Amino acid sequence: MDELLQEFLNETAENLETADNELVKFERDPDDMEALATIFRLVHTVKGSCGFIGLPRLERVAHAAETLLGKVRDGEIVVDAAIVTATLDAIDRVRSITAGLAQTETEPEGDDTALIERLEGLAAEDRAAQDDKAGNGSAACAPPEPASTDPSEDQDPPALGRSGAAQTIRVSVDLLEELMTSVSELVLTRNQLMQERRREDAADLALPIDRLSAQIGRLQESVMRTRMQPISGAWNILPRMVRTLAVDLGKRIDLVMEGGDTELDRQMLELIKDPLAHMVRNSADHGLEAPAERAAAGKRETGTISLSATQEGGHITITLADDGRGINTHRLREKAVASGVMTAAEAKAAGEPQLCRLIFHPGMSTAEAVTNVSGRGVGMDVVRANVEKIGGAIEVDSTPGQGTRFKLRIPLTLAIMPALIVGVGEARFAVPQIAVAELVRTGEGSEHRIEHVAGAPVLRLRGRLLPLASLSTALYGDAAEDAEIPPTAADHVLVIRSAGLHFGIIVDRIYDTEELVVKPVSRTLSDLPLYSGNAILGDGNVIMILDMNGIAADLADVAGEDPANDDKAAAPEDGRDAMLVFRAGRDVQPFAVPLSLVTRIEDLDAAAVERAGGGYVVQLRERLVPLVGMDEAWSPAETGRQIALVFSDLHDTVALAVDEVVDIVDAAVSLEISSSDPARLGTAIIAGKATDLIDVAYLLRRRSDREGDMLYSARPTPGSIKADILVVDDSPFFRNMLKPLLDSAGYTVTTAAGVDEALAMRESGKRVDLILSDIEMPGKSGLDFARAVRGGGAWAKVPMVALSSLAGEDDMDAGIAAGFDRYVAKFDRERLLTLLATSLKDRAA
Amino acid sequence: MTHSATQIVTLSLAGRALGIDVMQVQDVIRLGTVTPVPRAAPWIAGVMNLRGHIVTAIDLRARLGLPPTIGERSMCVVVSLDGEAHGLIVDAVGEVLAVSEADREPDPPTLPAHWRAVSRGIVRREEDLILELDAAALLSGCPDAQIVAAA
Repeated sequence: MDELLQEFLNETAENLETADNELVKFERDPDDMEALATIFRLVHTVKGSCGFIGLPRLERVAHAAETLLGKVRDGEIVVDAAIVTATLDAIDRVRSITAGLAQTETEPEGDDTALIERLEGLAAEDRAAQDDKAGNGSAACAPPEPASTDPSEDQDPPALGRSGAAQTIRVSVDLLEELMTSVSELVLTRNQLMQERRREDAADLALPIDRLSAQIGRLQESVMRTRMQPISGAWNILPRMVRTLAVDLGKRIDLVMEGGDTELDRQMLELIKDPLAHMVRNSADHGLEAPAERAAAGKRETGTISLSATQEGGHITITLADDGRGINTHRLREKAVASGVMTAAEAKAAGEPQLCRLIFHPGMSTAEAVTNVSGRGVGMDVVRANVEKIGGAIEVDSTPGQGTRFKLRIPLTLAIMPALIVGVGEARFAVPQIAVAELVRTGEGSEHRIEHVAGAPVLRLRGRLLPLASLSTALYGDAAEDAEIPPTAADHVLVIRSAGLHFGIIVDRIYDTEELVVKPVSRTLSDLPLYSGNAILGDGNVIMILDMNGIAADLADVAGEDPANDDKAAAPEDGRDAMLVFRAGRDVQPFAVPLSLVTRIEDLDAAAVERAGGGYVVQLRERLVPLVGMDEAWSPAETGRQIALVFSDLHDTVALAVDEVVDIVDAAVSLEISSSDPARLGTAIIAGKATDLIDVAYLLRRRSDREGDMLYSARPTPGSIKADILVVDDSPFFRNMLKPLLDSAGYTVTTAAGVDEALAMRESGKRVDLILSDIEMPGKSGLDFARAVRGGGAWAKVPMVALSSLAGEDDMDAGIAAGFDRYVAKFDRERLLTLLATSLKDRAA
Repeated sequence: MTHSATQIVTLSLAGRALGIDVMQVQDVIRLGTVTPVPRAAPWIAGVMNLRGHIVTAIDLRARLGLPPTIGERSMCVVVSLDGEAHGLIVDAVGEVLAVSEADREPDPPTLPAHWRAVSRGIVRREEDLILELDAAALLSGCPDAQIVAAA
C-alpha cells in the first residue's frame, strides 16, 4: 500500500476515536469549547488530508461535517442532540469509507447524499428553530434519521475498531509468548551464572554478571508488561454507546468513569469487554428511569452510571453503579416461582440479597417491555457465565429507589494452571503439572516396578533409587485398606521435583490433564497443608489441588523423617554418592556398593536356588544367573527368602546373596584401598561405620570364569604408553577410584565433575590424549559431551571411552552414535585398563 | 413487623427445629455433588460448585454431634460470613419466620455446652421451640473437641 495512504489511515483511525469521545463530552457540556475545538480540528484534518491524496467521497462528507461544526464553533447555532448525532454519523461514515480504503486502496462505492443533506440542513437552520428544538427533548431525537435507514449504510463494510495507531505497533500474541519463553530461559541461565559467580573466584566476571542480571530482571518485567493494558481499552466504546442508548431510550445519562489506567492482561481485557458493555447497556435500559419518572421521584432528571476499576492484590475490582430504580425483587420473586426456578416456599423464604441474585438466572429479565437495547434474552446470566469462566465473580446489591451496584472481581491474568488429574480409589485430585517432572508407569506389564527397601517403597529410576510415598496413605493414612477405600492399584508414580524435593508419589490412575482456574480454599480448609487450592473441573465438579510441598512435609511428620530431604535421598548432592549398605556372610562389618551399579534387588525364594557345577544358580527373568556369596564358602539356605543384589555388564549377570539391605546412604566416600580380599575394593566410613566396598567387576569375573579371556590376558604392561587422560564423572567416588588406578598405570590424570567443566578445559587449551567419560550425569549427559567434542574444537579427534553403569547393547549403540569409540562398564577396572591401552595404541598407529 | 423484629429461616435436622438469621443466608439450594476433602475435619462434608463458586459444605449433623443421615435428599443453606460462603447441609428448610423480641428466650442452662456454643437463643412458637444457630460460631471455634465432648 502507498505509504502516504497508510499513514493517512492510521492517523484517521486514531483521530476518529478521539472525535467520538470528545463529541460526547461536548454534548454534555456545550460550554466545553476546548472539546469542540478538538473535534473541529480533527474533522478539518481529515478533510485536508483527503483533498491532498484525492479522496473525493471522504472529502465531501468531512466538508459537510466541518461546515456544521464551524457554525457551532462560531456560535451561529447552538449544539443539540440532532447535531451531535449527525456528526457522529458523519464520523461513522468516514470510518466505514476508510475501512474500505484499507482493504481495496480505493474509496468504496456509496451514496452519501442523504447524510450530507442532513448535515447541510442542520448547518442552515437558524437559531430560532434550534432554540425551539432544544426545548423539546424528544423532538431532538426525532429529526436525525437512525443511521441504518440511510441507503448507503448497508453497502459499507463495518467500521474497523482501530485504536491507538500512532505510539504503538501491532505485535502478534504468539510473538509475545515467544518473547516470554526466551526471557524465562534467559532468567534460568542468569541464575546459573549467578551460582557460578558465587562459587568460582571469578572476580573479573562479578561486575558484568551483576549488570547482566539486573538487565535481565528489567527485561523480564517489561515483557510481562507488554501483555498488560489499561482497562480503558475495554471502556473506550462505552461513552459513545451510552450516548446512543440515551437517545434511543429518551433518557439522560451521565457516564462517569474512574480508574481507566488500571492495567490487566490483554486477554482478560478482551474477555471482559462484552460482559461490561452488556452490563452498562442493562443499567441504562433497566436500571435508570426516564426523566419524568426520576423527576416524580424527586431525583435529578439525568441519571448517572458510574464505572470504576481498582486493583487489589491479584485482582481487579470493577464497580458499575447506577442511581436508578433498583432491582424489583417482588417481580423477581413472582417470576422465579412462575418459571420454576424456586418453589413458592423457597421464594417466600428467600431474603432480599438472594432475590437480587436471581437476575443472574437464565430467563429472569425484569424489563417491563422488551426493548431493542436489552431484554432480548441475553441477560445477566450470560454475563455471569462469562465472568465466571475467566475465574471472576460478580455480586449485586440494590436499594429500591436508589440504585443498583454490580461488583465484578476478576483476576489480573487468567490464572490458568495446567494440572494432571490423578485418581486414588474413587477420588480425583489435581497435581500442578509444574511439580511433576516425570510420569512412570508401574502397573502390570510395565518395565518399572515398585520395590521395597527395609519396608519403604522405592523406585529404581535410571540407576538411582527414588523414595516413594503413596498418595492414598498421604490422604487417608495407613488405615486406608481397612476403610471403605478399595486397595490401591498403584499404577503410576509421579516423579515430583518441586522446590528442592525429589520423590515419587504413587497413584492409582491418571485421568487427564486439564487447565484449571485456581481458586483459594475456604478459611475452614486453609490450615490443611495438603492443598494449594481448588478448582472447578470441566464437568462442573470441584477438585482439590494438591500441594506437593505440603504433602512431602506432611509425610515427613508421619514417618518421623523427611522422605525427600534426609540423607537417605537417592539423588545425591554434589560430592556425594548414593551407597547401598548391606550385610552378608559372617562379617560383622557391613558392605557397601554404589547404588548406580546395582541393576536390581531381587527377593528370591530360597527353594528356587539350584546347584550347578561348582556353584549355585537361580532363574531370574528367564535367565539362569550365578548366585554368589561374599565368601567363597557361602552356601544358600534351604528354605525362606533370599535377598540378592543383581549386577550386570554387557556380557554377564551375577546375583550376590546378601542377608539384609540395611540402608541407602548418601555419603561422601573416601576410599582407603588397602584390602587384601580381591572381592573388596577397600574400606570407607559410611554412616559413621567402617564399611567394605565390594568390587563388582571381581564378582562378575569370578563367576563368569573368564580369567583366560583374550582381552584380559592381553593386558598391557602398565605405563607402556605415556598419555594424558581426562576423566569426566559426576560421582566423586568414581573419580577417586579411577585416579589412583590410572596414576598407578602410569597415566597423567585430570578429572572433571561435569561436562561443562570438561568443555571449559578444552576452551582453555588443555591437551588430552584420551577421554574417559561417564554417561549418566545430571544436566548434560556423556552423550551430549561426546557430541560436543566430536562437533569440533581441539579434541575432535581424541579417542573417547564411555564409562557406564548402563551396559546394554542399546546403550552401547547410543554411545557409539554420539561419538564414543569404546564402551566399558564402570566397575570393570581390568577391562578399562586394557581398553585404554588399546585405544591409545590405535591412536599412535 | 415491629422494628426490633428479625427474620429467621427455619431448618430441620434430625427432628430438631433450628433457625438461622435471614441476614446470614445467601442462598438455599438442593444439595448437589460434594467432593470430599481428605484430612479435613469430620464435620466438613467437602467442597461443591455453587454456580461457579466453590463453597465448603458443612455436615451440620456431624458438626452438632447428631447421627448421620442415610440417603435423604438434603438441602443446603448457604451462609455468607466475611465474604466467604459455606453450605450448611440440613434435612429440610422450612419458612421465613418473623421473630419479635417477645418470642425470644435465652438458652436454658441445661442446654449441653456444644449446643450452647452455637446457639443465639431460643425462639418460642405455639407448636415448638426453635434453637437459633449462630453461623459464625458454627464455622469457627474448636468443633472437634466439642464433638468429642458430645460423643
